[in-house]
Amino acid sequence: MDIIFIMIGVSIVIAVVFFMLFIKSVKSGQYDDMYTPSVRMLFEDEFVDETPETKKSINQNQ
Amino acid sequence: MTKENCFHCDADCGSKPVVYDAKNFCCNGCKTVFEIFNENDLTPYYDLENAPGKIPEEINGKYNYLDDEQIIEKLYDFKDGDTSVITFYIPHIHCSSCIWVLENLNKLSSSISTSQVNFPKKEVRITFNSDTISLKQVVELLSSIGYEPLISLEDATVSKRKIDRSLIYKLGVAGFAFGNIMLLSFPEYFQSDEYWLERFKPMFRLIIFIMILPVVFYSVNEYFISAYKGLKHKILNIDVPIVLGIVVLFLRSSYEIFFDVGQGYFDSLSGFVFFLLLGKIFQQQTYSFLSFERDYKSYFPVAVTKIFKDRLEKNVAIYDVKKGDRLLIRDKELIPVDGILISGNAQIDYSFVTGESLPVTKNSGDKLFAGGKQISGAIEMEILQTVSQSYLTQLWSNDVFGNTKISGIKNLTDSISKRFTIIVLIIAFLAGLYWYFIDVKMVANVVTAVLIVACPCALALSAPFALGNMLRIFGRRKLYLKNVDVIENLSKIDIIIFDKTGTITNSKAKISYSGTPLAVDENIALKSVLRFSNHPLSRMLYDEINEDRILEVSNFNEVLGKGLEGKVNGFLIKIGSAQFVNIETENKLQTQSFVSINGVVKGKYIFENSYRNGLDAIFNELKDNYELGILSGDNDGEKEQLKTMLPKNAMLIFNKKPVDKLNYIKELQDRGKNVLMIGDGLNDAGALVQSNVGLVVSENINVFSPASDGIVDATEFKSLPKFLKLSQQTLKVVKISFVISILYNIIGMLFAITGNLSPIVAAILMPLSSITIVIFVTLGTNLLAKRR
Repeated sequence: MDIIFIMIGVSIVIAVVFFMLFIKSVKSGQYDDMYTPSVRMLFEDEFVDETPETKKSINQNQ
Repeated sequence: MTKENCFHCDADCGSKPVVYDAKNFCCNGCKTVFEIFNENDLTPYYDLENAPGKIPEEINGKYNYLDDEQIIEKLYDFKDGDTSVITFYIPHIHCSSCIWVLENLNKLSSSISTSQVNFPKKEVRITFNSDTISLKQVVELLSSIGYEPLISLEDATVSKRKIDRSLIYKLGVAGFAFGNIMLLSFPEYFQSDEYWLERFKPMFRLIIFIMILPVVFYSVNEYFISAYKGLKHKILNIDVPIVLGIVVLFLRSSYEIFFDVGQGYFDSLSGFVFFLLLGKIFQQQTYSFLSFERDYKSYFPVAVTKIFKDRLEKNVAIYDVKKGDRLLIRDKELIPVDGILISGNAQIDYSFVTGESLPVTKNSGDKLFAGGKQISGAIEMEILQTVSQSYLTQLWSNDVFGNTKISGIKNLTDSISKRFTIIVLIIAFLAGLYWYFIDVKMVANVVTAVLIVACPCALALSAPFALGNMLRIFGRRKLYLKNVDVIENLSKIDIIIFDKTGTITNSKAKISYSGTPLAVDENIALKSVLRFSNHPLSRMLYDEINEDRILEVSNFNEVLGKGLEGKVNGFLIKIGSAQFVNIETENKLQTQSFVSINGVVKGKYIFENSYRNGLDAIFNELKDNYELGILSGDNDGEKEQLKTMLPKNAMLIFNKKPVDKLNYIKELQDRGKNVLMIGDGLNDAGALVQSNVGLVVSENINVFSPASDGIVDATEFKSLPKFLKLSQQTLKVVKISFVISILYNIIGMLFAITGNLSPIVAAILMPLSSITIVIFVTLGTNLLAKRR
């Protein structure tokens, strides 16, 4: 049963690591803007899809 | 041609849309923006949202001052070598397309490396290479695509505010401790005399103790400070019993652990702190894109164009201008100081100041007041006062603006907590006394148990959650309040004072025609002439006349400040002032335009402020419960009309200067009244701050509002009685929840007095009471809001 010392130790260490990560993410400003990232993450694909088509229209302009 | 809406900005294109790439545009400005996007692979802009754009404004020379390094130095967030970072506030940010296009600015200019939008704040942070692109060019680039940033004097004077994230840290610490301590406490709750558990108990307890330390010494430090401040002022606020409970919990639990008496109440303690902070975060809902602390600095430009004796024009910082200097005010620029008009066609829009929507014509030699916006071409003026001494800005030197607002009304929670604390102390004393005669060993146990169980957890949570939830509900109904205290103050109002212009009147003028009715072809001719003029009144009239056809105009002539004339289809149309059409006018106070056709005066258009829809109903609903009053800076021309709308005892006061308004509110308060001031312009700013609650009515919440406790969207102005009623009912919900939480306290007290408060009872009772209260107040306020 002495294994419990290690188990508790490990679990506490893991918890503390996550806690540090939380503090770090707050510090870097991740919690300052809770809205924009939710919109931003939807953009990437859209842009790739559109690229060929818009390229074409540019060529027409030239 | 069918009516089409602009592909870019959704405005009505009228009969002659600009067609490009098989798409309709309302004007060349919108078309240009589309071209820019089209050439730079940015057309998904239009796929994300339908017609998200805005007509780009003319900005000729407006941002010349951005070439001056000294002026713009303060605007930067960060500047090192050629890398510059700047944050702009852009009012037009409103949809996902905006985010998308602003974050792809680097496609438009290779000198911009990254740009990041903060949507709730309507800000964009741009990193650019200042060697290859100047700040001015960045601003012009943004303006050219319809995202003109708002750069105000405030940006240049206020040091960048630091974001306070301490509450999130504190909540994080408390939550971390709560979760872990709870798990580590469990074994002892279930089986305390098992062999292995006995062996590990000391270790478990030690870990728990280490984890509670940051909770007690860091997470709740604000409560300690607040309780200390309260006691210093001899006020027993809610934080006093909270702190008392926390301290007793901590000391007794530590004692139990170190002397191996029991396992302590650390799990309850950390849970309690966690809930407390959660409540605090919940009520901290802020509308970050709105600012409730604005003063004139938020609207005034950073720099102005000064004209030197040798006609040299140079941009100077606004604080550097002196009496006697000459300034050039361009089209759409704000007049920053009081002065005298020297030359130019001045049409001043004072809507920022008074809410009056119609521009005022000024002639050379007339006095111009700070805060007005020039709207027809460039003018030249001479300064009479420095910025801080101007008529308008003087208001801010009043003491009211220096003090943070202390509500004269005592906080409901605090007034209850005073009695609560005293009663708890008496009970603790009596219980201790009783046990002293029965069993001396139990005294400390019982007294501490009473204090622990009396810790007003649920009591402290009910107000934050009820008011915080109501704040959100109000927000959805377009009433944006500064903080939760405003709801409480709102419920105690007994007198409501309205500003007149812009508050109870629409900012859009009502146009009426009197005289001989005009025939259809005469109307068409008139509209055709008006089309050539950029005068604001002409634009309004042009929109008002409902004819689709436009005819050719010959011999068009516009006499500045007088009127216009032109020949259309055989008609000689003249429209303008009485003098312009050669007649005498009897009513000089009214804004009117006379129409003369072929030398015969047909009639006149009258521009009037109209009262908001449903104003009568609002007054009717309010008059039974509140005293009403009008406090206006205008002349008393409309006194009679207002008298018929308002109850007999209403006060109607006119011709008041901004400072008079402030003093008037003060007078009312000295008579013991709780005043709600509803205004809109900078001239109300003093009264808004002085009043118990100052609300601003705003047509466009993003653009303008003076410092206040809340901003209500003009479309929801009619709901005012409902808002007031809701705030009163919310307070009722809070009171009921107080009763419930005190019931819980009584139950806990029974355990405590009999000496049966074991850690497990505390661990169940504390979260249970908190959660029921939170559910009750949230459901209660939601129900209230639904009932309408």
